[in-house]
Amino acid sequence: MNIILNICRVTLEEGFMYAVLALGIYITYSILDFSDLSVDGTMPLGAIVTALLILRGVDPWLCLLISFAAGAIGGMITGLLHVKLHIRPLLCGILIYTGLLSINLVLLYLFNNGTTVASFFRLPTIFNSGLAALIPESIGGTHIRTLVVSGIMAILCKVLLDVYLKTKSGLLLRATGNNEKYVTLLAKDPGMSKILGLAIGNGFAALAGSVIAQSRGSADQQMGVGMVVMGLASVIVGLSLFRKLSKLQATTMVILGSIAYKAVLSIALALGLPTEYLKLLMAVLFVAALVLSGKKETHKRRAA
Amino acid sequence: MLDLQKIVKIFNEGTVDEAVLFDGFDFHVKQGEFVSVIGSNGSGKTTMLNLICGADAAQEGKILFRGQDITMLPEHKRAKFIGRVFQDPKAGTCAGLTILENMALADNKQKHFGLGFAINKKRTDHYRALLEQCEMGLENRLNVKVGSLSGGQRQALALVIANMTDIELLILDEHTAALDPKSSETMMYLTDKLIRQRGITTLMVTHNLRHAVEYGNRLVMMHEGNIVKDICGEQKQQAKVQDLLEIFNEISIENGNGV
Ligand SMILES: Nc1ncnc2c1ncn2[C@@H]1O[C@H](COP(=O)(O)OP(=O)(O)O)[C@@H](O)[C@H]1O
Ligand SMILES: [Mg+2]
Repeated sequence: MNIILNICRVTLEEGFMYAVLALGIYITYSILDFSDLSVDGTMPLGAIVTALLILRGVDPWLCLLISFAAGAIGGMITGLLHVKLHIRPLLCGILIYTGLLSINLVLLYLFNNGTTVASFFRLPTIFNSGLAALIPESIGGTHIRTLVVSGIMAILCKVLLDVYLKTKSGLLLRATGNNEKYVTLLAKDPGMSKILGLAIGNGFAALAGSVIAQSRGSADQQMGVGMVVMGLASVIVGLSLFRKLSKLQATTMVILGSIAYKAVLSIALALGLPTEYLKLLMAVLFVAALVLSGKKETHKRRAA
Repeated sequence: MLDLQKIVKIFNEGTVDEAVLFDGFDFHVKQGEFVSVIGSNGSGKTTMLNLICGADAAQEGKILFRGQDITMLPEHKRAKFIGRVFQDPKAGTCAGLTILENMALADNKQKHFGLGFAINKKRTDHYRALLEQCEMGLENRLNVKVGSLSGGQRQALALVIANMTDIELLILDEHTAALDPKSSETMMYLTDKLIRQRGITTLMVTHNLRHAVEYGNRLVMMHEGNIVKDICGEQKQQAKVQDLLEIFNEISIENGNGV
């Protein structure tokens, strides 16, 4: 019984943390209609920036903002490559990801004495300092603080994103993904709107990196591997699985998608899947999600 | 108000597919004119409109707007004073956004798209009044996604949206061509009404010769990148569809493919 409870707790914790990343991918993939691969680089960038700053005594909550900004700069460059140099979206992402591989390592070499993992166990993080310290660490022997903090982070990001999408800037972003020509008719440069959207999306990815690093107490380049696949799968699973169920907001569906995705991984691991098969399972799940959502769409088209 | 001077437009320059469309093309539009543009397919009508809007660039020549050189001005900056409705009903609106959201965006044209809320409830009565002019019941469907409207409804919405802000030039490229005959008539009626209300200078490309004859105060016929007929005033009023058909035929005969 305790084991099952524990698995549920960890699934929810991770589901919430990776939901922040999925929200970022929701912006680039669903709203902006831009297949952005830079996330594999900006997510660990956020993690590493946070680790290095926490090691230097910077407030962990402030680290969230700084990591967001770092990711946003990465996303901005992806956008600039696409808009100004007319490089295809996929290639822009690969270029930024490849470039960030070096930048992340250089950051670690320069500021972490040449090691490739920045550890900060026992230092203050958003899970044990500030307001989080007011939350009881555990109830009835079950550790709940991480769950509460990560849940609050995911919901906070969702609400902020919902509000932003209702603003003029946010609505223009939705219009950009929908019909670039319309944005031009509105006397606005759709390119600028795309750059902004990519900045926000990668900001969220780096923010997720920061949160995840703080929960682990360490950061490294490896964290980024497979993030695009995981985030995209969460978005697609969320949007296709929960659309029929009720009139949920898309951002809520993305969070639920992330939790559902993590749940499948947890179950597979609990059933004895060796961890080296994890990434393979992630890829398979992604294909399953695509097929699932594809079927729904053809149904819709037939009905229309 | 609009001046195209010595425009040279070559497609696929420097390749085997090189095609010279305009070679020293001149065109002048006066304030308040409503110009109907006709001409066979490939005569350069759309390209001319693209050059005016900045969606395409010419190799040589100048474009002046109210005496100012706008040749190098990017498309989105020209959109501040130019409104456009395309042939494709999908082009002039956002399918995934509601009518209200589309109009709220258009309402903010010329202004900054910042962090204020996009939808101002106080403006909805104004939007409804604008939509009532279409006589399609759109005013009662503000929260419907534009993608679920018919082509005619979308095109009417696109036209209303193009006219929401103070544009100085309206560009219509076969904007009724994709519609069924009845919607096409409704659309022309609405177009004429909006243009008269605001006295806005208009360029309208059409394949419907009757529309070209009945509407507007100037008629231009293009052929292979040249203006072959340009009438206004009394002459335009007396023009008949039959006369235009005859000119079309003459041109075809000159080109050795007479009927
Ligand atoms: N992007 C393009 N590339 C090559 N040729 C083009 C392009 N756009 C237009 N043309 C050519 O220019 C000519 C005029 O086209 P267009 O302006 O679309 O004519 P219209 O709108 O009068 O039918 C045609 O012969 C067409 O083949
Ligand atoms: Mg054309």
